[in-house]
Amino acid sequence: MELTGIFNLMVVLVVGGPALLLLGLGLPPLLGFKLSERFAASCSRAVILIGLAALVGIAILFWSSGASHALVFKGSDWVALEEVHFHFRLELIFDWLSIPFAILSFLLCGLIAAFAANYMHREPGYQRFFFLFAMFLLGINTAILAGSIETLFLGWELVGLSSALLVAFFQERVAPVENGLRVWSVYRIADAAFLVGAALLHHLTGEGEFARLAGTEGWPHAAISLPEGQAFLIGLLMIVAAAGKSALVPFSGWLPRAMEGPTPSSAIFYGALSIHLGTYLLLRLSPLLDRVPALSWIVLGLGVATVLVASVAGRVQSDVKSALAFASLTQVGLISVEIGLGLRYLPLLHMIGHACLRTLQLLRAPTLLRDYQLLENALGRHVSNRRNPWSFWLSASSQLRLYRWGLERAYLDAGLERWLVEPLLAIFRWCDRAERKWTDWLSGRPSRESDELPPTDELLKELR
Amino acid sequence: MSELHFPWLELAILLPLLGAGVVGRMESPERARNWSLAVLFISLLGTLGAWFDFVSLQTELAHDRWDGLSWLTGRSVLAMDQFSAPMLALVSLLGLLTVLGTLKTKIKRVSFGGILLNQALGLAIFSAHEPWLLIGLLSLSVLTPLFELVQRGKPTGVYLTHLGAFVLFLGAGWWLVSRNPEGAWWHYCGGVLLVVAVLIRSGVAPLHCWMTDLFEHAPFGSSILFVTPMAGAYAAVRLVVPEAPDWSLKLLVWAPMLTSLYAAGMALVQQELRRFFVYLFLSHASLVLVGLETATTEALAGGLSVWFATSLSLTGFGLTLRSVESRLGRISLADYHGLFEHMPNLAILCLVTGLASVGFPGTIGFVATELLVDGVIHRYPWTGVAIVLAAALNGIAVLKVYFRLFTGPRHSTSICLQARPAERIAVLLLVVLMIGGGLYPQPFLESRFQAAEHLLGERSGSQSQPMHHEVPDGEAEVLERTGQEDSQRELKREFQREVDTLKPEQILSAEGFETKWSPSGGSDKGEGGPRQRDALDDH
Repeated sequence: MELTGIFNLMVVLVVGGPALLLLGLGLPPLLGFKLSERFAASCSRAVILIGLAALVGIAILFWSSGASHALVFKGSDWVALEEVHFHFRLELIFDWLSIPFAILSFLLCGLIAAFAANYMHREPGYQRFFFLFAMFLLGINTAILAGSIETLFLGWELVGLSSALLVAFFQERVAPVENGLRVWSVYRIADAAFLVGAALLHHLTGEGEFARLAGTEGWPHAAISLPEGQAFLIGLLMIVAAAGKSALVPFSGWLPRAMEGPTPSSAIFYGALSIHLGTYLLLRLSPLLDRVPALSWIVLGLGVATVLVASVAGRVQSDVKSALAFASLTQVGLISVEIGLGLRYLPLLHMIGHACLRTLQLLRAPTLLRDYQLLENALGRHVSNRRNPWSFWLSASSQLRLYRWGLERAYLDAGLERWLVEPLLAIFRWCDRAERKWTDWLSGRPSRESDELPPTDELLKELR
Repeated sequence: MSELHFPWLELAILLPLLGAGVVGRMESPERARNWSLAVLFISLLGTLGAWFDFVSLQTELAHDRWDGLSWLTGRSVLAMDQFSAPMLALVSLLGLLTVLGTLKTKIKRVSFGGILLNQALGLAIFSAHEPWLLIGLLSLSVLTPLFELVQRGKPTGVYLTHLGAFVLFLGAGWWLVSRNPEGAWWHYCGGVLLVVAVLIRSGVAPLHCWMTDLFEHAPFGSSILFVTPMAGAYAAVRLVVPEAPDWSLKLLVWAPMLTSLYAAGMALVQQELRRFFVYLFLSHASLVLVGLETATTEALAGGLSVWFATSLSLTGFGLTLRSVESRLGRISLADYHGLFEHMPNLAILCLVTGLASVGFPGTIGFVATELLVDGVIHRYPWTGVAIVLAAALNGIAVLKVYFRLFTGPRHSTSICLQARPAERIAVLLLVVLMIGGGLYPQPFLESRFQAAEHLLGERSGSQSQPMHHEVPDGEAEVLERTGQEDSQRELKREFQREVDTLKPEQILSAEGFETKWSPSGGSDKGEGGPRQRDALDDH
């Protein structure tokens, strides 16, 4: 078999495997069949092992080909309307940026699949968890390896949906569900910014090829030829999209909320992989940042702001998962600073290292107290709880204010809610009232039966 | 016009019409349901037969064999083209699945005769090629929901005011347009009335309140059937798009674009399930109008694709919500209902159909929306942005409603709330079509693209001015650059038509060619001016 044939086969294993897994775990429940726990876990492990092996094979091919140019897989046209140059096809790119990150994603997903098989044992939503896990696996790998805007969008949407549903996994409680909706809302806004950027690219240049933003030469040496004004506008939208995905300021509020999900999903989705999707996008679009220095400054500014907010907020959290979420955010802020400073390989290494450390920490989070006891036993004394040296520089009232600022997570969520969401909703509520008046007038009597729906019984709710 | 091999259309329309008379007299609701199902199934086979027959003929327009109506009227009044062929099958399918998905405990309250009559009218509307017949059928179709409202003792003021105005404007508008020469003041007034009529029937804000009112008071199932095929958009395709000047199309782009955003925002603040569904539908239906009125091949194909995808997915979504409602009564969205454990299948179907409606990847709506955005953004960049924003807001609203219905503290009941097999089959069929169309969208998009080309061909044939004639100064440069390919395609088509009408000696003569396209050549196509000539030269 020729090398191209081997390459294509391995690509199919990397992406097709998770797609089949998603289908295999999703179709039976839709038709009313229940799968066994063993089947779901074994299939997941097998798909990850095969995908990882194929990815390592591709890495060897890439390295043996000199590693100067990316290996590109172009699937046959999924949709093609030649007359209007409308094409849709799966396009994947394998280079110095995507291969290490994809290998990392397979490794961590494999680890989580093994961990979750026991952790989720006899949980009522076991099948649901593995179905969403398969959706995430497919989404994250598609997003990482994406070589076209449509492919990237496909991956992002799958990651977004699986994340929101995993945050709301314990669905009998209202708080996780509301947090899941919050995550989904931020993701949708980020997706909208990304799509508008892509559409703008299409409008301004007449074509929507990813290469217009990411360059055609191998990463990180690629350069682009977009005019500076256009590059700035499109880049700004891409930064909004990245900020939403990576929970940079002002979208940081969703990350600690996402910790409501089961521990394995928190570990992989928010501590390790999902949180880095935004910074990964910034790295992929680094030629765009190089083209317009102002964009790099914006990324730098966002990174610094995120570091400040997350490091203060993380210090006042009272539960371990929230503290870890803010610790993750601090590192993502630092990675953004590195990208803003024009570094390319360092942020990639930083992302990989941080993902591994945070996965370990999040997986150990449920046994934190036991770990502390072990540590103290080993040390033979209590772990010291020294006062932060910075506190000497601040007055007591300033410390209190800073404490509250951290506790309120820099008022970011509250600010967005108060200044953006609520005014918008208030406008639509006003319109709703106006419509009611109009239809009441036309009907000559109250026109809305739905107003008469009985209110929820608060006592019953409490009893539940 | 070609001839089909069988009177498929008449079979598909007359059978539900006759069935309505028979079923309406039946006393046993169960019998009426079974008969309705049989009639609708045969009618669906009729529309599918017509579609396959039409495709095998490889023609642009076809009518029934042994066309009884043409024998009566002296001309072919029912016909199908590339645009309407799949739409007829869709209308049929939606009717069948709505009846199939009706819970047995609710069939006593359902008027199966009314549904069959509505179905016959719907199919006749989508087959009508005579403007006055179409106007008559559209006017008749508003009566069935009205009867239901009256029968149930519900207020009819909102419905009557809006749809009365629709019927009046539609009739008066077409009368003025057809009676007065182009350019005359009354012709212009007629055009305005037609546009307003289409806006009312399509539920474009602020003329949309009849739709929310209908869902408030009429049965959920028949309301879904009345609105999801989007007869208003069909009126736009047949009566407005071929004739309307560019300025009116611009109005028809802006108003639906704003409606799409408005309805998406309104869907977010609704406190009741049906009202949420209406606004979600309005947001999508407006996108269809945006595509239709942008009037470039790509955008029109996008609009037609979104139309098909939206009808499928929102009917599926609506039927799922109706199944939930038929078990619990009217549902408030102010609280969580915790129904997942009781009806996991319905929960999954609700999520899949809801996400399909907002164009989630892997569903038929995804490529349709992409094609629409791609097509619209060339001409109206801000409209493209608005479509994306509306889709984002709709996505948030859909997941919010899914969470409100199926998550939260577990609902306590001793009754089994599981979906019945018939309900599941009804929605599953739609899901298969949505996902099948999403995974293998090429034939679907191709068919919509060809339909768009055909419709634009009709438009450029009936327009005295070329499509790209009126361009605002600010957009001119952009169009020159990005819309050049579109212009070239239009020109190729125009050129082909011109060549087809020339005699061989004229084709051979270069002078003849120049005369046809020169501004002073006497042809009004020449008003396209320098841009057309430049584009032709470039080509």
